[in-house]
Amino acid sequence: MAEARQYMRVRADMPPGHVRTPNYLRGKLGWVERTLGPFPNPEELAYRHTGEKLRLMRVRFTMAEVWGDDATGEDTIDAEIYEHWLEPVEPPHAT
Amino acid sequence: MPHDHHDHLSPSGHPYRPDDDHPLTYWQQMEIAVRELLIEKGVTTAAEINAQIDTMDARSPAHGAAVVARAWTDPAFRTALFDDASAATREMGFDIGPMRLIALENTAEVHNIVVCTLCSCYPRNLLGLPPDWYKSRAYRSRTVREPRKVLAEFGVDLPDSTTVRVHDSTADMRYVVIPARPAGTEGWEADRLASLVTRDSMIGTGLPKSPDAV
Repeated sequence: MAEARQYMRVRADMPPGHVRTPNYLRGKLGWVERTLGPFPNPEELAYRHTGEKLRLMRVRFTMAEVWGDDATGEDTIDAEIYEHWLEPVEPPHAT
Repeated sequence: MPHDHHDHLSPSGHPYRPDDDHPLTYWQQMEIAVRELLIEKGVTTAAEINAQIDTMDARSPAHGAAVVARAWTDPAFRTALFDDASAATREMGFDIGPMRLIALENTAEVHNIVVCTLCSCYPRNLLGLPPDWYKSRAYRSRTVREPRKVLAEFGVDLPDSTTVRVHDSTADMRYVVIPARPAGTEGWEADRLASLVTRDSMIGTGLPKSPDAV
């Protein structure tokens, strides 16, 4: 039995400014591959603020989650996403 | 037709290529202005700036190849590298500075490929400056959408049994792929193994050279 995955949904927001969360992953569901940091928030550093220290999650997404059902197989996309962009969610039901 | 105008041909018979003259862009002017002010105010010197450019230019994929070859031959180093790649490569003299490095292990089951969709984040301490295609919109957008097609265009055809993991270098981490050691290299010294390690094999868009090819 694999270790339980912590699933996260990326906020589907469109704030202005220096944002390091790629647009194509907003609103998508993935699971935490590993947790890094804390690092100062780059969205604040970009405007010469100190930057609140946040955890940086490596979140793993399936190709099907990101691109729809025509993407098949086990291939994945990992991205680094700051914790204030992530909302913990229940694991999806097994199909 | 170009060949009808002999005065437009160089002595070697080729057309003259026009000079690449264009006005400075806003950011080029800004760079010159800031640099001259920093020198004028004694914050830095022209010699220091040139020394830093030399340092950046001296970094090359040979550094990364040395890391990979050591990972293939030194099990303790391999473990340390996958545990904390920043520390392991710093110990070899390849300091990544304020960034952090993650080493990704390619195996028969998993193939890793690195892209930065937002800009051009790249492990410069190990690979030097990124190639132009790494910064292109085509590579950045297509690698996350259709990685197997991109890999095929680089000459890497993977079986369906190999999982492709795309790593989008979006924030503070940098990535280096540690390719699988090629078969037929048993007993090779690290220096000889390093000659098989290509830049692209450490980005994930290539594989190491075959031992028959060197």
